[in-house]
Amino acid sequence: MKEIKIFARAGQGAITTASILGEAFFNQGIYAYAFPSFGAARMGAPMNAFLRFDSKPVRLRSQIYNPDYVIIIDPTLLKSENCFKGIKKDGVAIVAVREDTEVIKAPKGLKLITLEAEKIAMEVIGRPFSNTILVGAFAKATGEVKLESINESIKKRFSEKPEILNKNIEAVKRGFEAAA
Amino acid sequence: MREFIEGSYAVARAVKLCKPGVISAYPITPQTHIVERLADFVANKEINCQFVNVESEHSAASVVLGACATGVRVFTATSSQGLIYMSEVLFNIAGMRLPIVMVNANRALSAPINIWNDQQDAISLRDSGWIQVYAENNQDALDYTIQAYRIAENHKVMLPVMVNMDGFILTHGMETVDMPEQNLVDKFLPAYNAPYKLDVENPMSFGLLGDPSIYLEARYAVQKTLEDLVTLIPAVGRDFNSVFGRKGIDLVEGYRLEDAKVAIVAMGSVCGTIKDYIDQEREKGKQIGLLKVITYRPFPKEEIAKALENASKVLVLDKAISLGNEGPLFTEVKSVFSAKSPKVSGFVAGLGGRDITLETIKEMVNISKKEQPRCKFLNLKQELLKEEFYV
Repeated sequence: MKEIKIFARAGQGAITTASILGEAFFNQGIYAYAFPSFGAARMGAPMNAFLRFDSKPVRLRSQIYNPDYVIIIDPTLLKSENCFKGIKKDGVAIVAVREDTEVIKAPKGLKLITLEAEKIAMEVIGRPFSNTILVGAFAKATGEVKLESINESIKKRFSEKPEILNKNIEAVKRGFEAAA
Repeated sequence: MREFIEGSYAVARAVKLCKPGVISAYPITPQTHIVERLADFVANKEINCQFVNVESEHSAASVVLGACATGVRVFTATSSQGLIYMSEVLFNIAGMRLPIVMVNANRALSAPINIWNDQQDAISLRDSGWIQVYAENNQDALDYTIQAYRIAENHKVMLPVMVNMDGFILTHGMETVDMPEQNLVDKFLPAYNAPYKLDVENPMSFGLLGDPSIYLEARYAVQKTLEDLVTLIPAVGRDFNSVFGRKGIDLVEGYRLEDAKVAIVAMGSVCGTIKDYIDQEREKGKQIGLLKVITYRPFPKEEIAKALENASKVLVLDKAISLGNEGPLFTEVKSVFSAKSPKVSGFVAGLGGRDITLETIKEMVNISKKEQPRCKFLNLKQELLKEEFYV
C-alpha cells in the first residue's frame, strides 16, 4: 500500500486531484481510497486531501502521517507548515512553484519535482487550476499510474464539457513533460 | 458494475435503485451529498418520486412518517443534531410499525459543536425501536440500504431501519464499489405492499392513544419482533447473496477469530483499520481477531457470546459514551456472558473525529496486557486536562 498527501487551499481542487488520481488507479484495477481532510473548509484555508492505493481493497481509515508522495498545489503553504513532515525517506514531492517561490528546503534524499503549474494552467486552461498538470507530473515522477488511465478518468469527469475535457487532457500531458 | 465513487453518491444511487415514492430531508453535514444527489435525480426525473423540502429534520421525519403510512416507500437521511431533533418522531415511527429506511451519517453531538465523526448520535437513539446497522465501507452502506427495505417491509417485521455510515470517513471517502443492476434490485426488492395504510375507502388511524390496557402489549410486540430479527436478518443476507453474488448482511462478522486469544469488538469503519492491525500482529504469530458488530439493534447476544467463546480477553472499542457510566457497546458486550466470562475491557476512542490510527489500536492492546479498564479513553491529551481549563 502507498499513500499520497495533497496540500492546497480550499477551492484549489485538492479533492479533485485525489479523485482524478483515485479513479485513474481504479482504471488500472488498483484499489484506491481518496478522502478529504475532514472538516469545514473555508475558501482559501489550508486543507489536505489523501489517497491510499493498493493491489487489494484499502481498509485503513486513519489520516495519512507518513506519505510516500506529497503533492503541493500552493507553494505559499510551505511558509506556514512543514509539508514534508513524516514523508518516507525515498519519497517524492511534487510542488507547484511560482516565479517568486523561494528555494525549497526539502529533506535529504527526497526526490523533489518542481514545476510552474499555475503558469502552464493559464496557458492551457486559461484559469489557475493546476490539478491536472500536477496529476500528469505525478505520473511522470513516480511511474505509479499510466497517462491513459488518467485521461480515462478525466474523460469521465468532463464527459459533458468537451472543451474543458480537451484542455485538461492537454494539461496532463504538459504536466507530464514538465516533470521530466 | 464496479465504480470508483464517493460513499454519499453510492448511497444515493442505492436509494434510487429502490424506487422510493417520497423523499424528505433537511441538509446537514456530513449527510448533505446524499440528499443533494437524490434531489438531482428527482429534478431530472430519473426517478418517479416526490422530494419534499422541509424546514427541519423534525418535519422531514414527520413527512416520511405520513407518506409511509399511505403505503408508499420512503427515504430520509440525516446526521447528529438532525437525528436527535427527529427523535420524537423516530419513536413514533417505530411504534406505528412503519418500515422507513434512513441513512444516518454518524457524527458527534454538541456541545462543543463538532461536525466530525463518532457514533454518539445513533447510539443515543438505541431505545427507539429502530433497527440499527453499521457499515464498515461504502459497499456495505450501499448494500445495507437495499437490504434495509427488504427487512423493514417484511410483514412480520414492519419496523424502521437506520443504516449508519461514518461521517466523512465513508460519506466523503471515494472507493471502489460494485453498483447493482436495476433488474437485480427489482428481483430482490419487490414493490412495497403495505399490510395496512391510510386509505379513504378503508379508514384507519395510526398512533392513537394507547392506554394502560394496550400499551404494554404494543411495546412487547416491538420487542418480540426485534428478537425474531436475529434469524430474519441473516436470511435476508443469504437471499441478497444468491441474487447479487456477494456477501449479504449479517448480525456480526468475525475476522481471524477462530483461534484468537484476544478479540477486539467494534462497529463501523474503524473495523477496517483494526483488520489491518490484526494482519500485522498475525504475521508476528499473535492470536488476535476482530468481532464486528453489524446490527446494534437488535443486539445479537447469542451470536456475540458464541463468536467470543474461545477468547480469554475481549477489548471493546466504543466511538460513543454513556456519560456517567461507560462505552455503551462495552456494557452490552459484557452482558452476553454468563458464568464463564473472558476478561472484558472497555475503551473509548475517536470522539468528535479524533483520528483512530493503527497506533491507537496498538495502545489499546498494550494497555490490556497490564490492566482491565472499564472506560479507558485513548489518545487523551493530558495537557488539556489541567485544572485551569475547568474554571
